[in-house]
Amino acid sequence: MKKLSARRRHPLAAVVVLLLALAATGGLYAAFAPAEKAQADSSAQSLAIDEGRKLFAVGCSSCHGLNGQGTSDGPSLVGVGSAAVDFQVGTGRMPAQQPGAQVPRKKVIYTQAETDQLAAFVASLGPGPVTPDSKQYEPSSDPVTNAEQVAKGGELFRTNCAQCHNFNGKGGALTNGKYAPSLEGVDSKHIYEAMQTGPQNMPSFPDTTMPEEQKREIVAFVRSTNDEPNPGGLTLGSLGPVTEGLFGWIFGLGTLILVAIWVAAHTTKAKKS
Amino acid sequence: MSHDMSENLPEAHDASHGTDVATHGDPFADPGLPAHEPRRTDIDERAAQRAERQVSLMFVVSMLATVGFIASYASIDADKIVYIFPLGHVSALNFALGMTLGVALFCIGAGAVHWARTLMSDHELPAERHPIEADDDVRNDVIEQFKTGAAESGFGRRKLIRNTLFGSLALVPLSGVVLLRDLGPLPEKKLLHTGWVEAEPSKPLRLVNMNTDQPMKAEDIVQGSLTFAKPEGLEESDEDFQQQIAKDALMLVRIAPEDIKDAKSRDKGFEGILAYSKICTHVGCPISLYEQQTHHALCPCHQSTFDLADGARVIFGPAGHPLPQLKITTDEQGFLVATGDFDEPVGPSYWERPR
Ligand code: FES
Repeated sequence: MKKLSARRRHPLAAVVVLLLALAATGGLYAAFAPAEKAQADSSAQSLAIDEGRKLFAVGCSSCHGLNGQGTSDGPSLVGVGSAAVDFQVGTGRMPAQQPGAQVPRKKVIYTQAETDQLAAFVASLGPGPVTPDSKQYEPSSDPVTNAEQVAKGGELFRTNCAQCHNFNGKGGALTNGKYAPSLEGVDSKHIYEAMQTGPQNMPSFPDTTMPEEQKREIVAFVRSTNDEPNPGGLTLGSLGPVTEGLFGWIFGLGTLILVAIWVAAHTTKAKKS
Repeated sequence: MSHDMSENLPEAHDASHGTDVATHGDPFADPGLPAHEPRRTDIDERAAQRAERQVSLMFVVSMLATVGFIASYASIDADKIVYIFPLGHVSALNFALGMTLGVALFCIGAGAVHWARTLMSDHELPAERHPIEADDDVRNDVIEQFKTGAAESGFGRRKLIRNTLFGSLALVPLSGVVLLRDLGPLPEKKLLHTGWVEAEPSKPLRLVNMNTDQPMKAEDIVQGSLTFAKPEGLEESDEDFQQQIAKDALMLVRIAPEDIKDAKSRDKGFEGILAYSKICTHVGCPISLYEQQTHHALCPCHQSTFDLADGARVIFGPAGHPLPQLKITTDEQGFLVATGDFDEPVGPSYWERPR
């Protein structure tokens, strides 16, 4: 103690105190500063946003406006988040062929890297659902847990999704030519993002009403229906009574009528044998 | 095969009948029956034997197929999936059973037809058509007998017998009508109310999310989302859960308040959150094909379409009423609650339904 007080008057004491104070402030800032801010400042991120802005200007701005503010041809993208971009661009829905209620899935023209840049740019416009990582959407690889997820997912699917997408995900008709697309062969990630963001006319299922884990269970169920073999043969699209009835009336009854005509036209007598 | 025995056969076109009849005089004269043409199997014993062998071959194939059916039932594993060309991946057992049973039945039928056409007697039996009514003599006779009977019974004279007979005949069908009572009992007030009837302004009932079984706050329902809800206290483990949920089910949507066209409907909601019955007013299917951009909800059964932004007005399809809307608000803790039942019965119309 004596030593310390003896040096209080040392000419360099002020400098030492200043240095200590600076280090403490910096350390506190590093510990408590909001993480996203720190991320946004990272150069990789701002580079991606810059690249995304350029891609956006070329591919998207004609409908959504140069700053994603929306025009009469396309909605505002402020606050839609990166998940929506990853879904729309990643499934080829955007850029859309033509404006309309239904935007069909088509060939994807952006690479995943470009999609990520676009997503980064749109995410920078306003906070929104973030692209999920595979831990969030990939069903468990452990067979027991997976079976459990499939069972729970099936229940959730029948409550929330089956009305539009059909009980095994084959899709179905909506109003005025719109339709709910088939879920066959759709990426787990894209199924998850669709629930998160509610693309086009699909309602969204935010984490507040359908927690993350439940979305994962639904993905697990869709995956399992995709791989399900079909014990009965011809599925006729698995669309239920419409196609089955049509098939029965046309091919079933049609064949019977043809047989009846053939029998009647040939009389009961065989001329040749 | 047939060229060596063609001398046994009659001329293909025997001109003795048919052609010369209609040419002179009356062009519409009755051409009579065509000549009887024997079949090859009638004249040629070898052809007959061949036909016999063909028929029995089909019956034998049918027997084999039946044996195959039993064998595949016994031997094929029910879980086995195989790839069969146009069908894709199918259950081997289903395929084998269907195939063998189909062949077995088809061969019996085909064999029987072939037998009838080649070997059974082919005598033609003309059946002439006559007017349906009996000839005059018979009719007069019956009418005569009827009159005598009526006169002898004194039916016209003994009014008491006649009237009581009429009465008893008229009453007998009533016994059938009484049996219809078994279709009852009448639903009484059960259709008028749902589980939400337990909600009161002093004792509101929370809306519970069907997915999470948790009550919800207003901010949980975001615009463009679709959520299904049931009344607090109704558990899936309840014995009558299915009967209850068939009336109580809600769908919750959130529409920007300025987009809600019907002011009454806006007031029943909470900050744009609207709670509609999920039960179609046509014949009661669960509807929830909700399009978040147009705010249309479509019923998958007969395509009734409701505009949820306009008080669930029916804009297409057979439904007769808009979807009933439940008045909701929030309690002190901010959870969504109902303070009463629907104003009108949910689901399809019925006779006693108040307009
Ligand atoms: S039950 Fe909904 S339209 Fe018929």
